Amino acid sequence: MSFPMDDSRPIFVQIAERVENDILEGILPEESQVPSINQFAAFYQINPATALKGINLLVDQGILYKKRGIGMFVATGVREIIVSKRKEQFYEQYVVSMVKEAHKLGITAEQLTDMIKRGAKEQ
Amino acid sequence: MTTIVEVKGLSKHYGKVKAVDNVSFKLEEGKIYGLLGRNGAGKTTIMHMLTAQLFRTSGEMKVFGEEPYENEKVLKQICFIKESQKYPETFRVKDVLNVSPLFFPNWDKELAQSLVEDFRLPLKRRMKKLSRGMLSAVGIVVGLASRAPLTIFDEPYLGLDAVARNLFYDRLLADYGEHPRTIILSTHLIDEVSQLLEHVLVIDAGKLLLDEEAETLRGSASNVVGSAAKVDAFLAGKKVIHRSPFGGLMSATVLGQLSKQERLLAAEQGLEIGPVSLQQMIVHMTGSNGNNEEAAQ
Repeated sequence: MSFPMDDSRPIFVQIAERVENDILEGILPEESQVPSINQFAAFYQINPATALKGINLLVDQGILYKKRGIGMFVATGVREIIVSKRKEQFYEQYVVSMVKEAHKLGITAEQLTDMIKRGAKEQ
Repeated sequence: MTTIVEVKGLSKHYGKVKAVDNVSFKLEEGKIYGLLGRNGAGKTTIMHMLTAQLFRTSGEMKVFGEEPYENEKVLKQICFIKESQKYPETFRVKDVLNVSPLFFPNWDKELAQSLVEDFRLPLKRRMKKLSRGMLSAVGIVVGLASRAPLTIFDEPYLGLDAVARNLFYDRLLADYGEHPRTIILSTHLIDEVSQLLEHVLVIDAGKLLLDEEAETLRGSASNVVGSAAKVDAFLAGKKVIHRSPFGGLMSATVLGQLSKQERLLAAEQGLEIGPVSLQQMIVHMTGSNGNNEEAAQ
């Protein structure tokens, strides 16, 4: 059993996100073959129809492409596409909630900037 | 998609008790269904009628396009693993496996053998000497190895330990991937199986409450928490399936996707919006007053 899925969001979206993560981190390089639908289903313990839906989401966006009779592959140049897509989501996903929590705790914008700088240095 | 089961207005009454009340649904070929609901909701009664082990009071029912009663052509395509299957007094585990091919034309002997090893079943032990978990494991072996076009598991993992349950999910998905067929998992333990399901049927007090793709349901409910007055104002006109007051606070579960504007409005009002799992959603829909025992699990 692998990392459990979040049962409060559609699983096919989570599958697509995880494949995108693997592409971002270089686990799935461009032009490499991605696992089959049944391998996805077995690995994540999910219904194969759900796995197929997640993979098709990426095929529709041109991130994966099909080679007939062989399988599914990562398209060339998609890393950049995913990065720019993720950058757009970054503000809403991380910045908005961080600022909200900081406000709750009385952390000023200046203090917050300092913290981010410190965090960036330690990376 | 080929429809293999079609039920219209199905009812089963015992005197004044309506065990199953005017239920209609269709099952399609090659999908894994979850038949979910609380104890006594009518799940088992529906399955008994589908498999011709119980007469209906009224309604129409077609299984593989035909009436299932006394219909060998239909019944040999069905494998129904009951929660409390009775076996002949003298039967040992291997006797069960030896007679199974007579009932199930697609029986796969090798699959049965490898499952017996996986579940560490003692072949020579009498069925009546088996523990509850082992009895369930025999049911799982028969259900999977039958490869029946319609395979029904009624509470398949009673008494099974976590390792064996995990084994069941793995082997079910692997064999289903290679040999797609229609499978019904009937259970009240929703969290355990929800990821395996493609489609969900929820039964409550004999009625069909929900008939929907599992993926459509995930993320279709939200939890709204905040001061009671503000939560009430925000929820006006929305379908609320659960409310739980806590001091001056209110936590409410609302059906339907919230729009971006609604989320912004909630944030301005200081309301927290959180996700709701499939299990929580069904618990809220089937719990009469919102504090039933399953919510506590």
